[in-house]
Amino acid sequence: MRDIAVVAYHQSDCLASAGASNEVELIMPVLRQVFDQVGLHNAQDVDFVCSGSCDYLQGAAFAFVAGVDALGAVPPIRESHVEMDAAWALYESILKIRMGHADSALIYGFAKSSPGELPIVLSQQLDPYYLAPLWVDTVSLAALQARLMLDKGAITEADMAAVVARSRRNALGNPRAQLAGEVSVEELLAEETYVSPLRRHDCCPVSDGAAAMIIATVEQAERWGKPYARITGIDHRIESHNLGLRDLCDSVSTRRAAAAAGVADGAVDVAELYAPFSHQEIILSRALALGESTAINPSGGVLAGNLMMASGLSRVGEVFRRIVEGEAGRGVAHATSGPCLQHNLVAVLEAA
Amino acid sequence: MSDDAVTGIEAPIYLQYQFTAGRAPARFLQRLKAGQLTGQRCPGCSQVYIPPRGACPACGIATEEEVVLSDKATVQSFTIVYIPIPGNPIEPPYIVANLVPDGANISFIHLLSDCVNDEVHIGQRVRAVWKDASEWDYSMDNIQYFKPIDEPDVPVAQIGKLPVSGWGAGA
Amino acid sequence: MSPADPLTQDFELGFTYTRSTGPVVGRFLTGLRERRIEGVRASDGRVIVPPMEYDPDTAAALEDFVEVGQEGELVSWCWVSEPRAAHPFERPFAWGMIRLDGADVPMVHCIAADSEQDLVTGARVRASWVDEPRGHISDIRCFELVEGGAS
Repeated sequence: MRDIAVVAYHQSDCLASAGASNEVELIMPVLRQVFDQVGLHNAQDVDFVCSGSCDYLQGAAFAFVAGVDALGAVPPIRESHVEMDAAWALYESILKIRMGHADSALIYGFAKSSPGELPIVLSQQLDPYYLAPLWVDTVSLAALQARLMLDKGAITEADMAAVVARSRRNALGNPRAQLAGEVSVEELLAEETYVSPLRRHDCCPVSDGAAAMIIATVEQAERWGKPYARITGIDHRIESHNLGLRDLCDSVSTRRAAAAAGVADGAVDVAELYAPFSHQEIILSRALALGESTAINPSGGVLAGNLMMASGLSRVGEVFRRIVEGEAGRGVAHATSGPCLQHNLVAVLEAA
Repeated sequence: MSDDAVTGIEAPIYLQYQFTAGRAPARFLQRLKAGQLTGQRCPGCSQVYIPPRGACPACGIATEEEVVLSDKATVQSFTIVYIPIPGNPIEPPYIVANLVPDGANISFIHLLSDCVNDEVHIGQRVRAVWKDASEWDYSMDNIQYFKPIDEPDVPVAQIGKLPVSGWGAGA
Repeated sequence: MSPADPLTQDFELGFTYTRSTGPVVGRFLTGLRERRIEGVRASDGRVIVPPMEYDPDTAAALEDFVEVGQEGELVSWCWVSEPRAAHPFERPFAWGMIRLDGADVPMVHCIAADSEQDLVTGARVRASWVDEPRGHISDIRCFELVEGGAS
C-alpha cells in the first residue's frame, strides 16, 4: 500500500461573518497558501482535487461548483466533491492515491454558515418523516445527549466547563481562533443555561472560513523536498440515524474507526477532536482511550471556531502542523458529521 | 378525510438566508447601478471577465483590476425561445443571447429584442437599451435588452477579442 | 455606498417536497391519523417507535407491528428558553426523548411545560393530539406532563 504524506495545510481565520466574501473569495487565499507552501502554481500541478462543503449552509445552489473558479481548472482537471466535511474529501483523495490513480491531491473545504440559521439548516439532515418536520435543531439534540450523560453520572457540568476553559486558553495561541481567553470553570458555571443543560459556551460558535491541504505519496513529497507527516491510518464509521437506538453516552463508531486506524499502536502526543459541544469532547477522548500524556485540542478545537464542512480537515491539518514543527511525533485527528456524533472519522499521523 | 392508508406527506422546507453578493460582484453591481458595465482583468492571462467573481477560473488566481466596458456587444450565440417559461413575463417568441461586450473576453446572457428574429446571427453587433436612469438598481434588469446596431459583423475568430473602443469602420 | 460595503439581500429558499412514505412509515402515520401510536418489533424483541423499515442489527425487513401506549417516561430532555422561528412553540418548551409504555426505544418529540422546573428525568408524559390529525408526525401536537406521574 502506498504511504500518504501531508505536505501542506492552511486555514483561514474563523470569522463570525465573512461579510461580503463569496465562496471563491473565501477559498482562493487558503489555496494560494498551500500552493506556495509546496511551490505549486495552481491545481494543474496536482493529480486530483476534492472538496467538501454544503450548499444549504449559505442557501446558494451549486456554490461548490462556483468554488471551482478558484482552482485554475483550464485545461480540465480531475475533480470531485463531497457534500460533507472536507475530512471525507481527504479520505476520498487517499483512496485515489492508494489505488494508484494519483500521486498528489489538493483538498479543501469551505464554510459560509453566517447567512442562514445553522442549527435549523442542519435539522433538515435528520430523518425526513419523524424528525425534520418537527425542526429539531442540532443544539437541542446535543443537549439531550448531554443530559443523558449528566443523569448517568458520566460527566458533571464542571467537567464540561473545564473543556471549555481549556479550549479558550489553548486558543490564545491560535491566531485563527474566533473565541479565546482566560476564563475559569467557576465563571463558566455561573453563566445561564442556553438550551439546558447546555450553556452557550458549551456550543461551538458559527464561523465562516476555509481550509486547504495538499497530500501526496511519500515519494512525491520527497521530490518536492518539503517537510511532511505520514498518515499511517484512517477509517470512518457511521451509526444509526435513529437516536433512540444509539448509546449516546459513548461513540461506538469512533472506537471502531480508531481500532481500524491503529490509534492504539503507539503513544498519542496530540489529538485534535471535532467536538462541537463540550460534553462530546469527553465522549471522544474516552472512545479514543486518550490519557494524561495526550495534548487534546491544543488549537482550541472547534469550540474556539467551527468551520462547518472544513473543521474536520482542519483537525488533520493541526496535527500535521504540530508534527512538522517538531511539537509532536504522533497524533490523532478526528472528524464528525451528523447529530450527536453520528458519523466519525479517525486518522493517525506520524512524523516522517 | 380519506380512510386510505397514508402513502405520502407534504414536507415543505423553507429556510431564511441573508445572501451576500461577494466582494467582486458587489463592486460590479454598484457600477451597474450607476449605468456602467465593468469587468475584472486576470493578472496572469489578461482575460477580462464579466460579471466578475473575483477569480480567473482559467488560472486560479485572484482578479483585482477593474475594467470599464462598453455597452456595445457582439452576439456570440443565441436561441429563439418559443415556449412560455413559468414565472417569466416575457411573451415568446423572444431571443436569449450570449453577448460579449467590447473590452471583455467572456460572454454574459441577456435578451435581444427590437430586431427581426430571423435575421439575428452570430457576429452581429448590438447595444444595450437602458431603462430610465431613475429606475436603475443593483440589477442587470437596468438593461431592458440589447438591440442590433448598424455596424459590420465581427468574424467568429474575433468575437470576444475586441477592445473597449469597439469595432468601428476602421477596425 | 462605498465599494467596501457588502450588498446583502434577505431571501427564502423553499422546497415544497412531497415524500412517499412506504408501507412502514405509512402505517405509522395512518395510525397517528386515528390517534394510535404503533411501533415495530425488532429481531431481538425490542419495540421501536416510530417504526423502522429494517432491523438495525440484521437488516431484515420488519413487519411485526405493535400498538404502544400514549404515555411514557422522559428519558432525556432539554429546555428551549428561546424558541427559534421554525420550532413548534413560540413560548419556551422542551425537546424530549420519550420511552412510551410498551416500547423499548425512545422517540424524540416536543414537550409542553410551564417552566423548566416542572420537568425531571423519569417524569411521566402523555401524547396530546391536534384536533384534526392528518397522518403526520405533528399529529402529536406535543407531550404533556401527567399530573402526579413522576416515576
